[in-house]
Amino acid sequence: MKPFEDRKFVILGIFLTIGLIFLGRLFFIQVIDDSYQMSANNQALRTITQYPVRGLIYDRNGRLLVYNEAAYDLMVVPSKVDDFDTASFCQLLDISDSVFVAKLKKARRYSRYRPSVFEKQIPADQWAIISERLYKFNGFYGEKRTLRKYPKATSAHILGYISEVGNSDISKDAYYKSGDYIGKRGLEKEYESVLRGTRGKKILMVDVHNRIKGSYRSGLYDTLPVAGKNLISSIDRDLQAYGELLMQGKRGSIVAIEPSTGEILAMISAPSYDPNLLVGRPRSKNYQMLQANDSLNPLFNRTINAMYRPGSIFKIVQALVALDEGVITQETRFQCNRGLIGCHGDHTYDELVGAIQHSCNPYFYQVYKRLIQRGDNTSVFKDANMGLQTWQERVKLFGFGVQLKTDLPGLKMGLVPTPEFYNKWYGENRWAFSTIYSNSIGEGELQVVPIQMANLAAIIANKGYYYQPHLIKSIGEDSVKRPEFTEKVDTEVDPKYFEPVVQAMFKVVNETGGTTRRARIDSIIVCGKTGTVQNDPWPDHSVFMAFAPMENPKIAIAVYVEYSGFGGTWAAPISSLMIEQYLTGEVLRKEKEKRITDASFLDIYEGKK
Amino acid sequence: MRAKNSVFQNIDWTIFWTYTLLVLMGWINIYAATYNEQHQSIFDLSMSYGKQMIWIVTSYLLVWVVLMLDPRFFSRLAYPIYGFCMLLLVGVLIFGTEIKGAKSWYTFGGFSFQPSELAKYGTALALTYYLSSLGKKFQGVIVRINAFLILLIPAGLILIQPDTGSVLVYASFIFVMYREGLSGNILLIGLGAAVLFVLALLLNYTTFSLPFDLEVSGQTLMIIVVGIICVLVHQLFRKYKGVKIIIVLVFGVIAGYVYGVNYMFNVVLKPHQQSRINELLGIEHDPIGAGYNVHQSMIAIGSGGVFGKGFLQGTQTKFNFVPEQSTDFIFCTVGEEWGYFGSLVVIVLFLVLLFRIVIIAERQRSTFSRIYGYCVASIFFFHLAINIGMTIGLAPVIGIPLPFFSYGGSSLWAFTILLFTFVKMDSERMHILS
Repeated sequence: MKPFEDRKFVILGIFLTIGLIFLGRLFFIQVIDDSYQMSANNQALRTITQYPVRGLIYDRNGRLLVYNEAAYDLMVVPSKVDDFDTASFCQLLDISDSVFVAKLKKARRYSRYRPSVFEKQIPADQWAIISERLYKFNGFYGEKRTLRKYPKATSAHILGYISEVGNSDISKDAYYKSGDYIGKRGLEKEYESVLRGTRGKKILMVDVHNRIKGSYRSGLYDTLPVAGKNLISSIDRDLQAYGELLMQGKRGSIVAIEPSTGEILAMISAPSYDPNLLVGRPRSKNYQMLQANDSLNPLFNRTINAMYRPGSIFKIVQALVALDEGVITQETRFQCNRGLIGCHGDHTYDELVGAIQHSCNPYFYQVYKRLIQRGDNTSVFKDANMGLQTWQERVKLFGFGVQLKTDLPGLKMGLVPTPEFYNKWYGENRWAFSTIYSNSIGEGELQVVPIQMANLAAIIANKGYYYQPHLIKSIGEDSVKRPEFTEKVDTEVDPKYFEPVVQAMFKVVNETGGTTRRARIDSIIVCGKTGTVQNDPWPDHSVFMAFAPMENPKIAIAVYVEYSGFGGTWAAPISSLMIEQYLTGEVLRKEKEKRITDASFLDIYEGKK
Repeated sequence: MRAKNSVFQNIDWTIFWTYTLLVLMGWINIYAATYNEQHQSIFDLSMSYGKQMIWIVTSYLLVWVVLMLDPRFFSRLAYPIYGFCMLLLVGVLIFGTEIKGAKSWYTFGGFSFQPSELAKYGTALALTYYLSSLGKKFQGVIVRINAFLILLIPAGLILIQPDTGSVLVYASFIFVMYREGLSGNILLIGLGAAVLFVLALLLNYTTFSLPFDLEVSGQTLMIIVVGIICVLVHQLFRKYKGVKIIIVLVFGVIAGYVYGVNYMFNVVLKPHQQSRINELLGIEHDPIGAGYNVHQSMIAIGSGGVFGKGFLQGTQTKFNFVPEQSTDFIFCTVGEEWGYFGSLVVIVLFLVLLFRIVIIAERQRSTFSRIYGYCVASIFFFHLAINIGMTIGLAPVIGIPLPFFSYGGSSLWAFTILLFTFVKMDSERMHILS
């Protein structure tokens, strides 16, 4: 053996040790620890979101209610910004010098190399001017986005609006990322998941200077955006716009329904606003302006959110329930005993049809008494309790006191008082018919949402059933309706009992002695019922519900005008004009129309405040 | 004809093919690291991969030339070659072109040449010649001083350039001397010094609170601990004569060294070298400053996963996140595009090469051939350990190439000549006796 030959083992041992240390270390950083993978992707990959086109909404005749218009976000990459004429830049964008400095600073703080939004949602016409001069300002470029646009300033409450997602939206649904838009109210909110479509993404590779070097893996992980589905609404845009015109200067609502389908033809909440106000850059300013105007509450959708006493139109429900319960017949007569409850007109001893036609209060006092105090129990209190129980069950079948399944979020239920309700209020066995008789004529504790009144008109038009009133006829182009909208809901009242009621409603409008001849149209037979809801010491709410034509009804409508007066004076003619507009496509009674559009009851309300 | 045939018959094909594999893999990875859409051909001479191809082809010419030489050429001309290299090193200080703050390059037209790469070869030959001429013993102070001088001259000249990385390569000859009889303690002392250096630096930044409201610096605490150990050792061996003196001397040297580390660190090393070491030891963490290179290099390698992102699919290396990705950090491309699998293959190939060289060295009858073989293995090992160690955060950032992989003609040529000189010696081992 040569001297020191053993030492080769020491040397080889050192070589091997270092080799193994390296392999171990590499195993750790390459195989076990995946944080390097994330850092690498963070540095070298940029995911570009491809925004889908939001679905459009059409009216029932294929006319647009809302569409998309190109807008541009002005983007900035701070590292690419060099010295330039800030004064002319600020002038171009119409911002002040300090705003410019603040925005650039904010962008820098986010990242020097990655783009951030400098100015959002610049409309296309303004962008045309800006983009022409943008070449002078390095580091700035435009990114195309879309804005909602409304061809007619109508249907604001129905359509709702979209706005940038908040933290709560992001935490609720992982789909959303900061800067995305989401439907906040109305159909935009209800059909958000359908309208929004699906985002696509493009993964790009960038180098150390953030220059784009191409598509990652030739686009293997890229996805195309899927456009949102279009919606076809049941709204008739012309009718809607006409209703908004009639309701100008008023507080209240109109809901019109096609009885045979439950499709909502028009849904007006007044005062309304131009939906174009809540779009784009001036959005937050306008929103604050609308909100500040809280005495008129223009953002509040009265048709589904306001609760009113229904007034005399509720007598129809009383009549139908009483007939079906067998407590009265069509021939039953009652004295118009104005000692029990006030009345009007010169009738004295009506049978049912007459009582509805003349809106006789004492008659329905008696009807309601028969429904509540049925003599099933010797205790008048227990008897009233049982009677009310049956009554409220029947009334709820008409869609009152329950939430209709319409396709607008936040629908109110209204209130149909139950025995529990009065037990809580007065105490058990401490109330009877004499305590609650105001309900008989639609006053008292009853609370009804305007859409429920229109639904009642549809029920009568259909003689006993309804479809959930809804706004969307078709999701996408293939006429898909939500299944709950095609299910008939039965009131469980025998259709034959509707005959006298319809008869009476015909007389209300068309015969002398009816409460409103103002609703009459020569060419169309309108059936209706007025309501006048007392508001002492302020003027009454004017209420009217109707359907037309009498045979094979095409439209059922309810109009509620706050603080305006007698039901026949305002709500009835408005209904009549709406019916004429819908059924004939135009309104010939221009004088009548002018009388309505000229009327304003806003100051009366202001006075109330 | 017969002579030529015998040359090729007797060469070690394991080394040849390992070399060929490493060179080709290096070329492919340089192509991937600097891949350019406009110049997609790997043969494009305007790109670094095209140029590397020229270096590879000419390297094989060099292999042929080296194998054709008379075997006695190397021992006879060891000192002349060494002298020539030293002249080149002096010359580069005068005529060299300054690139990145160091006068390390001769430039001719579009090409440049780094004499320090060739100097390793010259030094290896000279050291080999000197050690083999001593007979069987590597003893005596004069002999050791002479051997160290052979290393010190090129190291000193390169330090003037300055190119610290290339200087450190000369430390690798310690393996050669160890094999030839230098006391094994020298390795232990070297290791101990390194450990103390690291500990001293780490503890430099900490103070410890002791009972009785005493506060001591980490270094002082370290010396106290060493002192206690010395006392214990003294208790164990006190029956031997002179133990006391030795222990006191050892203690003195250690204490002086520990306090000296601070001075050396702050005065001898340049700020960027200091922060590279601090970064490595985790004293500093600055991924956009001093730690940028290593941070990016580890991201590149670590993101490769088990099988890598695939050829030309590396993003970190191709898009310049990793600096010097075709030269000092070429291993990042291997790690990123070929993953753990690729890293394993490369490291195993290098280990095969190193083991093969050592095994062959030991079968030489000629001392000269054996010592030279160890020189080759030591140089390769040092490059490998520092270069790959640096890319995975186990060694400080020292700019030395990965043999056969890193882009560059000077280093490829130098490594080729270095290796095939040994292959030539081995092929003639039956004919050489001295």
